[in-house]
Amino acid sequence: MSATVDVLAVLKEKFPAATPRPSLDHPAVNLAAGDIPAALKFLRDEQGFDFLVDLTAVDWAEGVSPRFTVVYHLLSTGRHDYVRVATDCPSDEAPAVASVVSLWAGANWHEREVYDMFGINFTGHPDLRRILMWDGYPYHPLRKEFPLAGIDTPLPDAEIMAETGARVIAAPMAGGPFVASPGEINLTEAEPRAKDESWTERRAKPDA
Amino acid sequence: MVTTNTEIAYNSKIEGEVIVSRMDSIINWIRTNSMWPMPMGLACCAIELMGTASSRFDIARFGAEVMRFSPRQSDCMIVAGTVTYKMASAVRRIYDQMAEPKWVIAMGACASSGGMYRSYATLQGVDHIVPVDVYISGCPPRPEALLDALMKLQAKVRHERSATNLRRA
Ligand code: SF4
Repeated sequence: MSATVDVLAVLKEKFPAATPRPSLDHPAVNLAAGDIPAALKFLRDEQGFDFLVDLTAVDWAEGVSPRFTVVYHLLSTGRHDYVRVATDCPSDEAPAVASVVSLWAGANWHEREVYDMFGINFTGHPDLRRILMWDGYPYHPLRKEFPLAGIDTPLPDAEIMAETGARVIAAPMAGGPFVASPGEINLTEAEPRAKDESWTERRAKPDA
Repeated sequence: MVTTNTEIAYNSKIEGEVIVSRMDSIINWIRTNSMWPMPMGLACCAIELMGTASSRFDIARFGAEVMRFSPRQSDCMIVAGTVTYKMASAVRRIYDQMAEPKWVIAMGACASSGGMYRSYATLQGVDHIVPVDVYISGCPPRPEALLDALMKLQAKVRHERSATNLRRA
């Protein structure tokens, strides 16, 4: 699955900050955040990568710098080549990168999702609202510090909350989540195994 | 006792067009056999709900085939699927729009308890926001389980004191 064009070399000529990115499948490249719209436009218009397959992000955890990386997967529908482009957000506290909605209209909802889940701002996005969680939800759930169970918050609808007394609660994990860790133990003996024994209906949650 | 009366069934010539019964039984009889569902299909369980409605399982045999997509015309909300917090408000509003008397069936693990979705996004059981009459286990429950739940609900309604409640209301 090698690309018919050496994307990295071509990019490096125009954008000297480009560096190769370790990848097991398709060619991948790291770019500076400032180069993003121009480099993607170059790939789309001059290298034939006309289709934005996916746009997502990585949170490398608190304390790591750079903390957030935005990843673009591009496909050339003519040559059937893929390329992966990644860029680190310059700021760890207020991560932001330029929007590519003007290049691919399909990036619109992808960027909204990344904004919703990671809190990365896409400058120049025409309508950067949350897409999965409701407007006004105070957290970004796919950030590493956010617990899977969730955090106690009010319901999106204050009227319904007053009527029912229900809230968004930290979900009872009941000994879960059940995940396999290869190498640590004999999986056939130990599944399912608890990673987070936070609390169950019968046993109170230990103070964090 | 010796009697000349050989009638063993209701004879309208003797008793007129009158049947004597209790208001409770009549009202409940009407309610149980025309329980129109509000199909609150939110995830995979809704597929099984559709299966229950169609010919192989035929929920019409129990008088509940008329899926009403208008809450005003439905009696029983079948919550079939994962209720997210974002959807929960809509579920409750639709429940509020249904006319009394109304019942709720929580179909499947998700609607009953959040199911496998122990997460920040999922309501941990629809009974947090609406009163549930019957819970069905399963992921998804078999259509027979839904029919069983419907029959359980009908049995429950048969014992309601509908007339007394009407007078009180
Ligand atoms: S209980 Fe299972 S089948 Fe039903 S909605 Fe939940 S995940 Fe889907």
